[in-house]
Amino acid sequence: MSTSSVLFDAPGPRARRRHRIVAVVAALVLAAILAWVIVTFAHKGQLSPGKWTPFLTGEIWTAYLLPGIGGTLVAAAISIVLALVLGFILGTGRLSEHVVVRAVAGVFTEFFRAVPVLMMMLFAFALYARYDVVPGSMLALAGVITGLMFYNGAVIAELLRSGVKSLPVGQSEAGLSIGLRPAQVLRTVLVPQAVTAMLPSLVSQLVVVLKDTALGYVITYEELLKKVDQIGNYKGNLIPAFLVVAAIYVLINYAVSELAGRLERYMRRTRRASVGAESALLAAGGTAGIGGQLADADSDRTSDAGPDGR
Amino acid sequence: MGQINELLSKYDVLGAFWVTIKLTLLSALFALILGTVVAVMRVCPISVLRRTGAAYVTVLRNTPLTLIIVFCNLGLFVTLGLKLADAQSHTFIADNNFRLAVLGLSVYHASFVAEAIRSGINTVPTGQAEAARSIGLGFMQTLRFVVLPQAFRGAIAPLGNTFIALTKNTTVAVAIGVPEVSYLMRGMIEFNSSLLFFIFLLLSFGFVVLTLPVGVAFTGLSRRLAVRR
Repeated sequence: MSTSSVLFDAPGPRARRRHRIVAVVAALVLAAILAWVIVTFAHKGQLSPGKWTPFLTGEIWTAYLLPGIGGTLVAAAISIVLALVLGFILGTGRLSEHVVVRAVAGVFTEFFRAVPVLMMMLFAFALYARYDVVPGSMLALAGVITGLMFYNGAVIAELLRSGVKSLPVGQSEAGLSIGLRPAQVLRTVLVPQAVTAMLPSLVSQLVVVLKDTALGYVITYEELLKKVDQIGNYKGNLIPAFLVVAAIYVLINYAVSELAGRLERYMRRTRRASVGAESALLAAGGTAGIGGQLADADSDRTSDAGPDGR
Repeated sequence: MGQINELLSKYDVLGAFWVTIKLTLLSALFALILGTVVAVMRVCPISVLRRTGAAYVTVLRNTPLTLIIVFCNLGLFVTLGLKLADAQSHTFIADNNFRLAVLGLSVYHASFVAEAIRSGINTVPTGQAEAARSIGLGFMQTLRFVVLPQAFRGAIAPLGNTFIALTKNTTVAVAIGVPEVSYLMRGMIEFNSSLLFFIFLLLSFGFVVLTLPVGVAFTGLSRRLAVRR
């Protein structure tokens, strides 16, 4: 981070002194905020050891937190798989050469993207309950999965479409000229390339899915956030429970987004030769701007691989 | 038909959408202010501020919104006693929950606004900032007069996406009982499950009406305001 930025000059002696003063003031303000939080917590008895020690015992983990994490991960895993299937159906549908198929897929995609996930969950939950589609114990899980599947399916469809659109025309022309039908070109030539290009965005979408499983709280799905309530009722330590659970969410999601970032950097390195597959997704941050100095070290590398004559 | 008329006379659909719109606009305003501050912190020369900004974005972006909103109510209000409305007023609970929801929505979406503005800063060519420095502008002046005005114009599209996401995310406020659209939906479904499809399609249509024009407007704006280079 200490490399030079274009937004300010390398500081001279006076600027360095000024920066140091501002830094100290800023640190003091942050420390004051932290101290205020701690004092408020202490005042409300949130710092008493009794509220925190339960998290060191195995019981609270085996009885609450681990089942909660399990619930969150199960819902996210099933949803992302189903969303992938739906996304491929809708995405290829939107790229079909038949107007009707294209229109239907387009309307569905736009609809699922515009409706809040929570409303789809509420609807699915009520629907399954009314028509006895799934056993009562699975009702909440099915509601969560349905909502997440439809929304993320639509998002993945859009990712796939923009991935395919960003491929050079020559790819489909070559496919057609050797006698493949349009559907075959899509399946055997375009989609495989688009998928590799959109892989990092797909992994980032996993973070969205993981976070949105917490919406299951509203329809009583037993996921991690629900456990906060239960721990709070059982041990009377709501605030510590919130903080611990938030930390778990941040850790899981941070790990997944790191993975996505690494994947993107790795693919940018390995696929640089075949410029065509550098999709618009990757080119998004690729213009040579001030960000070159701000973002991670190799964002300046995108500038030469970015807009590929499409 | 009679059933539907009865349903619509019993529930205030437009009123619920009005609450959703109010939640959206207020949270968007606060998120824009806070997000801009965080974005500036992330590019400033002081490393303490830079790290604080980065930590803010990392933590808030990776926490579920539902957790934040439920924490605002159960944690901040019930346990720690934070009150954002006049405790004597007879609409205290409703006002307080509404404002807590705005607080939660604002701090969550501020992290996305900050990232959008940072991506806007990325679109400004290096030469702009170099020119600003070479005529003797300091960091804040460079940002205020040269970089940020162009960055905002370059960030219109991602800001628009965040705004649309925010509109849809206001439904999470049902978790703390704010009477917006999903709260209405839950109530309607509970007593009229025979009209389930009608209720869902009606309210979904409302959201399509809310978000589609906004999307079109932001796309148009981003094209019109884009700095020609």
